[in-house]
Amino acid sequence: MKNIKFLIVGVFFGIILSKAEVISWYRIYEMFKFQSFHMYGVIGSAVVLGSILMILFKKGIIKTYFGHKIHVDPKKKGFKRNMFGGIIFGFGWALGGACPGPMFILLGRGAAAIVIVLIGALFGAFLYHATKKHLPH
Amino acid sequence: MDFILQPWPWYVAGPLITFVMFLLFYLGKKFGVSSNLETICAIGGAGKIIDFFKFDWSKNTWNLMFILGTVIGGFITYQWLTPSEVVAISPQTVQDLADLGFQNAGAQYLPDEIFSRDTMFSLKGFLILIVAGILVGFGSRYAGGCTSGHGIVGLSNLEIPSLISVIGFFIGGLIMTWLLLPLIF
Repeated sequence: MKNIKFLIVGVFFGIILSKAEVISWYRIYEMFKFQSFHMYGVIGSAVVLGSILMILFKKGIIKTYFGHKIHVDPKKKGFKRNMFGGIIFGFGWALGGACPGPMFILLGRGAAAIVIVLIGALFGAFLYHATKKHLPH
Repeated sequence: MDFILQPWPWYVAGPLITFVMFLLFYLGKKFGVSSNLETICAIGGAGKIIDFFKFDWSKNTWNLMFILGTVIGGFITYQWLTPSEVVAISPQTVQDLADLGFQNAGAQYLPDEIFSRDTMFSLKGFLILIVAGILVGFGSRYAGGCTSGHGIVGLSNLEIPSLISVIGFFIGGLIMTWLLLPLIF
């Protein structure tokens, strides 16, 4: 099965985020209270190293396993969609202490209550596409 | 082995997250979790109601495998790699949460005040969980990404849309944490 490698990368990602505690509600609260460097260090170091990686991709120094140049699709432009969507996301992130990746990882930790959050997230994604033509982008 | 069992510091976790991003790009894919929410909706038959969800989701199977892996990773860590449930948050955070009525903050991985079985089956507790989920799902698809796609990949790629989104994440998160949580709890 050719997708098994993605499963393995996922297992690795789940372990990293669990061990770094960034999927703990407490760490998210602490971050928004500016009471610890931990979350900023995790995200900041990932972004600084990531930006170096992106340069290596763009210059073609690192190619894919298949030998292709790595192309990163740009995100959709539009101030309103990114700002309003971001704020709504931020409300949920600080309330439930979980963004989409951590929701799945917490599921693996056996946190039953996260099932409700996940169902909400699926419904939220559905709701966006049901209402998007009325929303400012 | 002792190092693995301890909580991992930021300077270990951050670079490893970049490594995950690298692996996915190297394998010809793009790191981003929230699009899976749409894929699962499509599999669940949302295309019968909203045309958007009629897309061919089989091209996203790799990403479903990735998140299935994260579930397994969470299980492995919980079962074998975390001898202590304690989250070493700052003393000030513990104090602030005590003022909100959160007992022994950080003594467990998740607060009982939001995630215990008693809470999840109470009306208020259920509403907090479901509303948090709806906001995350709606907001991430409205903005076109979450912490992974915008926060890590987009910022790394120096994209303005991602910078706007991340500023939005913080505006929303700060309003919730400083103004709304004290009203909710």
